[in-house]
Amino acid sequence: MRKWAVNTCFSFCFLLTSFSAFAQDDLMQMLEAQEEEVTNYTFATFKTTRLVSGHSVETNAEGVLQFLIGHRFGRLNSGWRDLYGLDNSTVRLGFSYGITDDINIGIGRSSFGKTFDGTIKWRFLKQQSGATNFPFTATYVGASYVNTTEWPNPDRENYFSSRMSFHHSILIARKFGNSLSLQLMPTTVHRNLVETADDQNAIYAMGTGASVKITGSLRGNIEYYYIPEGQIESDIGGEAVRNSISVGVDLETGGHVFQLFLTNSRGMAEKFLVGETTGDWLNGDIHFGFNVSRVFTLKKPKEHR
Amino acid sequence: MKRITIILGLFCLSSAIFAQKYMTQSATLKFFSETPVENIEAVNNQVATVINADNGEIVYSLLIKAFVFEKALMQEHFNEKYMESETYPKSTFKGKIEDFNIDDLSEEAKEYKVKGELTIHGVTKEIETIAKLSKVEGKVKALSNFSVEVADYDIKIPSTVRDNIAKTIAIKIDAEYEKMGG
Repeated sequence: MRKWAVNTCFSFCFLLTSFSAFAQDDLMQMLEAQEEEVTNYTFATFKTTRLVSGHSVETNAEGVLQFLIGHRFGRLNSGWRDLYGLDNSTVRLGFSYGITDDINIGIGRSSFGKTFDGTIKWRFLKQQSGATNFPFTATYVGASYVNTTEWPNPDRENYFSSRMSFHHSILIARKFGNSLSLQLMPTTVHRNLVETADDQNAIYAMGTGASVKITGSLRGNIEYYYIPEGQIESDIGGEAVRNSISVGVDLETGGHVFQLFLTNSRGMAEKFLVGETTGDWLNGDIHFGFNVSRVFTLKKPKEHR
Repeated sequence: MKRITIILGLFCLSSAIFAQKYMTQSATLKFFSETPVENIEAVNNQVATVINADNGEIVYSLLIKAFVFEKALMQEHFNEKYMESETYPKSTFKGKIEDFNIDDLSEEAKEYKVKGELTIHGVTKEIETIAKLSKVEGKVKALSNFSVEVADYDIKIPSTVRDNIAKTIAIKIDAEYEKMGG
């Protein structure tokens, strides 16, 4: 009986001392045991809110205003008199604002087609790992466009609604590791007024895009919109409508992102990419273009107020 | 023999009971980068830290992603390019408060020397700093200011923003520890 008591007491002591020794030796382990697993949201899937001319899944954070200047020169094959397209440029100026980290609104005006646009963007799914897992990011983009060129046929009755078109896209993107991101962009463009009865008012297209990190501040991008045949029959300026293909790079400095690229599209919104792209890459109908994105923090995060 | 056993037992027990630890999961760590071009400040309110009151051992652990910047883009660059937080998600410190005795602490802050190993961006360096400790209503309060060299931790700053980011970063820690299990 006595032996039993001694043994129990010793083993009890041993247990306690070993426990306290463990805690002293590895305070860090104890601290880490207390930590809860967190969800890691994937960030910087793309460098900015545009892949090239079309949207990427990225949104501006809450309180951030983005000023986006887009510029497309004329065609490289337009010859020396136009300095290979330099004389013949189109511009889009746009603002977009982060109402929340995931919901953005924007306005813009393109000189191409003298078109105003209003955009809403909602990132409704986020790629994440850790405590919770999800394999991709998904963003909805919807835009309304108003063409303000003079009526081509002022003698007939023209309706304001005929100036309008719309687009909806669901962007689905995944970042693979640190350097590759892929995106799918099922897109529909609705034109209230079309040239002939053979042209569909609603065009369905599938966009695909990729972005590859070259160095920390440099990325290569490609963007392609495929329009299944039979939807657009009319030519634009004597040229058939083609699929939009753009290849470019993102260059990042502190608060700016510069995007430089080659494209066969002149417009800088989905409405123009899908349905108004007429350049033929093989024929040299290639436009040099750039976007400059500058962000301004209008509302600071609560930690800094 | 019986008496020895009991004394030994009590001794063991007492050491276990008095292995007091003070902990918090919401200490604040701020850092500042000051250059003629711009001043940058980031805040992390989710720093976990423990003090072993028996021997003055102190550790902290924080997630790099939990730093909040004034500008969202800066926060993205900080994580993606400079700290590579996907590869190095944490920063930790393991060290010791010299000549620490919990009973010496009072409402009036006293200065203590703290020495230990600071790990940032996967690189561990010895650092030494002064911490001001006090004890108010059973809670241990700690304040410390020190600075680190960006280059020491193998953090590469691209030339385009070299003028915007300081080479020496000032760090300020503010923690309020509560007694564990008490």
